[in-house]
Amino acid sequence: MRVYLLLIWTWTRAAARYPTSFALMTVAGTVTAGLEVAAIWIVFSNTTTLGGFDVSEVMFLYGTAGLPFSVADLLFSNTDRISQHIKAGTFDAMLVRPVGTFVQIAADRFTPHRAGRVLQAAIVLGVALARLDVPASRAWMIPVMVACGIVIFTSIWALGGALQFLLTDAPEVTNAFTYGGGTLTQYPLTVYGADLVRGVTYVLPLAFVNWQPGLYVLGRADPMGLPYALRFLSPAAAAALAVVAAFAWRAGVRRYRSTGS
Amino acid sequence: MPPFHRRFLTQPPLLSLYAQLVRYGFRKHATYWGAAAAGAFTNTVFGVLRAYVLIALWRARPGLGGYDITDAVTFCFLTQAYIGPMQVFGGGLEVAQRIRTGDIALDLVRPAPLLLWSLAQDLGRAGYLFLARSLPPTVAGALLLGIVLPGDAAVWAAFAASFALGIVISFGWRYIVAMATCWLRDDRGLTVVSLVLTTFFSGLTLPLVIFPEPLGTIAGALPWAAMVQVPADVYLGKADVPGALAFQAMWAAVLLSLGALLTRAARRKVVIDGG
Repeated sequence: MRVYLLLIWTWTRAAARYPTSFALMTVAGTVTAGLEVAAIWIVFSNTTTLGGFDVSEVMFLYGTAGLPFSVADLLFSNTDRISQHIKAGTFDAMLVRPVGTFVQIAADRFTPHRAGRVLQAAIVLGVALARLDVPASRAWMIPVMVACGIVIFTSIWALGGALQFLLTDAPEVTNAFTYGGGTLTQYPLTVYGADLVRGVTYVLPLAFVNWQPGLYVLGRADPMGLPYALRFLSPAAAAALAVVAAFAWRAGVRRYRSTGS
Repeated sequence: MPPFHRRFLTQPPLLSLYAQLVRYGFRKHATYWGAAAAGAFTNTVFGVLRAYVLIALWRARPGLGGYDITDAVTFCFLTQAYIGPMQVFGGGLEVAQRIRTGDIALDLVRPAPLLLWSLAQDLGRAGYLFLARSLPPTVAGALLLGIVLPGDAAVWAAFAASFALGIVISFGWRYIVAMATCWLRDDRGLTVVSLVLTTFFSGLTLPLVIFPEPLGTIAGALPWAAMVQVPADVYLGKADVPGALAFQAMWAAVLLSLGALLTRAARRKVVIDGG
């Protein structure tokens, strides 16, 4: 943990060496994320409900997806560059250092400007909560779901990194699951097909990031008619996925064969 | 000096040089077929996710923006198919990196203009990515959710022209962004700004036809609309074809001229790191 902090601080200082670019990227990263909100605004300038949810509820779902996603993206998404390290042979160097490979990969080329997105998601969530008037008896779920969401997205990034030990030539496949997962959870799952919803409930537990616990916070019945108990199972789903991801990562590292430069 | 090289120095470059560059661009990307297949897979997944959101919107508002549900789904998969060849997310050009490394000094003294040199390479790249990254998501979209298939050969011809112009416009824009590195010295910041402008104002995020006024009209007049929205409208038969093509040709000419001007300025003010 101390090494991780030291590494990300080093990369932060490195990024600050190009101040124009750093400022532009922080602003642009926030604006990019802001465009997603603009997209929601454009959608709702044409309709009052999407998939049975109004604009405040969709903003709530957006915020509770965006917050954990952007935190995981900020801290751990560099694992999707592992195939570059494998190809360049720099992964060999990581194996001999006295720090875990996951920590090194996650901290490598840490990009602090992504923090703008965390702030943006938090603002959207704040605005949504101000408009929704959620009772305190259900609001306790919000920090729980954000924490579970961070674990779920981080696990997906670790799984994606582990997958790249197999698909060294095709790292972009993992984007479909990491960034795809982030995109999928931004909208109410009712807009997607029933098969897709079952898939993200029982296989890749994206529904536990914000959909199932979100239904509880919003006090809504499940439009898909899935069991009520599911909305309290986010911690279990996050823990299970984290264990799977840890095993996959270890299996990936064990399977690794140096390119031998 | 071999006669082949002397010919390049004494005469303007031949058309065959550019044909060669197109071929090299194509072959260079064809080497990384795994990466292209992965890109096609990811484009398809995102296509499906985006399509469902559009379907939900068009269920709530049938006929919105002059599209029906199938038009909206078609729009979604067409625009996903543009991502590879038009490099909608930016990059794809070596120029920016060569400016950072200083190799640009060599490129600027080549006997062929840098703009045309890069354009030829980029067309080769686009040609390969069209096959590898445009066709698979479109076919997948057609099979999974169903898309419009124009029956009229004239529509296909107009679409081919419009698509090709879209690639040239995308090149013109990316070239300008890359050349700006000469002044900023680091291309990453501007790349992100370009990404924001391109994804939002091209129609990739949402079709421009559903943008509220006056944003819709403004977005529709900008070069990014000529990259994504216009070719899609030509395909869907929603555009006046000569007007659409003229609009695209205008932006292609403007961007390429700007690129040429920047190249001339860069010759005088090139900052070379390292060396």
